[in-house]
Amino acid sequence: MAGSNPNAKPMNLTLKVWRQKNRNTQGGIVDYQVKDISPDMSFLEMLDVLNEDLLRKGEEPVAFDHDCREGICGSCNLFINGRAHGPEAGTTTCQLHMRKFSDGDTITIEPWRAAAFPVNKDLSVDRSAFDRIIQAGGYVSVNTGGTPDANEIPIPKEIADRAFEAATCIGCGACVASCKNASAMLFVSAKVSQLALLPQGHVERKTRVENMVAQMDKEGFGACTNIGSCAAECPVGISLENIAILNHEFLAAKATSNNLA
Amino acid sequence: MSWISKTFSSSIGRKIIMAVTGLFLCSFLVVHLVGNLQLFKADNGVAFNAYSEFMGHNPLIRALEIVLVLGFGFHIYEGLALAAKNRAARGGQGYVSDHIEQNSSWHSRSMAMLGSIVLFFLVVHLYNFFGSLRFTDVPRDANGNEDAYTLVLEAFKNPLYVVLYVVAQFALLYHLLHGFSSAFQTLGLTHRKYTPAIKLVGYAFSIIVCAAFAAMPVYFYFFK
Repeated sequence: MAGSNPNAKPMNLTLKVWRQKNRNTQGGIVDYQVKDISPDMSFLEMLDVLNEDLLRKGEEPVAFDHDCREGICGSCNLFINGRAHGPEAGTTTCQLHMRKFSDGDTITIEPWRAAAFPVNKDLSVDRSAFDRIIQAGGYVSVNTGGTPDANEIPIPKEIADRAFEAATCIGCGACVASCKNASAMLFVSAKVSQLALLPQGHVERKTRVENMVAQMDKEGFGACTNIGSCAAECPVGISLENIAILNHEFLAAKATSNNLA
Repeated sequence: MSWISKTFSSSIGRKIIMAVTGLFLCSFLVVHLVGNLQLFKADNGVAFNAYSEFMGHNPLIRALEIVLVLGFGFHIYEGLALAAKNRAARGGQGYVSDHIEQNSSWHSRSMAMLGSIVLFFLVVHLYNFFGSLRFTDVPRDANGNEDAYTLVLEAFKNPLYVVLYVVAQFALLYHLLHGFSSAFQTLGLTHRKYTPAIKLVGYAFSIIVCAAFAAMPVYFYFFK
C-alpha cells in the first residue's frame, strides 16, 4: 500500500461522466472539471466534491450507487477509464484512491453495461436481477429450534477455506460489467460452489444449481466463453475455478435430480 | 423428455455442446492430419491415393462421416447462435471507453470471428477436394485409385488457395489456443494438478496440428 504523501499536490481533473435522466431516455457523456482534489480522497469522495459543486451551481447532482465505502457491501459500481472499479486490481470503486491518478488526467466514468442491468439514472444501475438469482436458490433452509452447538458439523479446514473464498463475493456485478458477453456466471458460480462445498448446502444442492441457472438465463445474462475478464476485474478475487465447479454441478444435477420438468 | 431439451437449451448446456463437439472436431483434426501426412511421401501420391480411396469408400468411415457432419453442424450453429445471444446480453449501449484488452486475451475474445474464417475456409476446402472426389469422376492412378494427389497438386499451383489455406490455419491456431483448454473448463474438468498440463497439451496440439496443415500448401507450391 502506498502511504499518503503530505506533500502531494491537489489535482485538477477532467471528468467525462455518463448522464441519463431515467431508464427511458437516451443518455450521453458530459464533461466536468473538478479542482483541488486531494490524492488521499477516495474516488467516491472526489464525486462528492463534484456533486457539491453541481448543487452550488443549482445543477442536478450525478447519481451513483454507494453504501458502506469500506469495500464490503458491493454497492459501488463504476466503470472507470474502461475498467470495472477502475485501473487497480482487487479494489472496489470506494477503495480506489485519487493518488492512482495524476494532475490533469481525463477520467471517463460510465455505469455497468448489460441488458440485465438497466440504467436507473446516470451511473446507477438496477442490479435486482442478482437478487432474483439468489432468491431462486442461493440459500440454505435452516429449521428453527435451539441454538446448535458450534462445530457440531465437522468441516475440514481446506473445504471451509475454499467455501469462504467463494463466499467473499459481494455481488457488485463487476464480472457482468467486464464480460464481453455480460455473463453472470462468476457471480452464480461463487454462490453455487460455496454452498455445494459445505454440508449445510447439500440438502438443496441439485435444485439450487438448476433454479439459479434457469433464473440467470431468464434475466438475459450471456453465456461464458472463458475469456477470464470477470476474474481479472473481481474486487475480491473470485477465481474461474468456481465456474468449472458450477458447470460440473449443473451437469451432475441435470443428470441425477428427480426433476423431470 | 423436457428435462433434456431444457438442459441443452440453457446457457451452460449450450456451452457443453460447444465443448463436446469442439473436442470431437479436435479428434477429427488428428485423423485428418495423420492421413494427409502421406502427401509428403516421395511416391507421387500412391500411398495418399490408396488412403483417400479407403476413406471415401469404407462403410464404417462413411457412417462416421455423418457423425462428423453433425459435429460440425452443432458446433457452427451453436457458436453463431451463442455469439448473437451474448452480443444481445451486452445491451444496445456499449462502453464509450473500454479497455477489455487489459484483462483478457485477443484470441479468447475473437472465437466467433476466428471460427467464421475457419468456416469460410471449410466451404472452399470441401469444394476443392471433397466435392470433386465425391461428386465428379476423377481420373484414376496406376493402381486404380482415384487420383486425389493430382487434385492437391493442381489446387496448390494457385497462390490464392495457398494464401487462403495458410491464413485459415493461423485462424484455426488461435481458435484452438483458447478452445482446447476452454472446453475442459466448460465441462468442469479442472484440477490444480491437471489443468496446467491440459493447457500445455492444448498449446502444443494447436501449434503442431496447424503448422503441419499449413506446411502442405506451402510444400506443394514451392517444391512440387
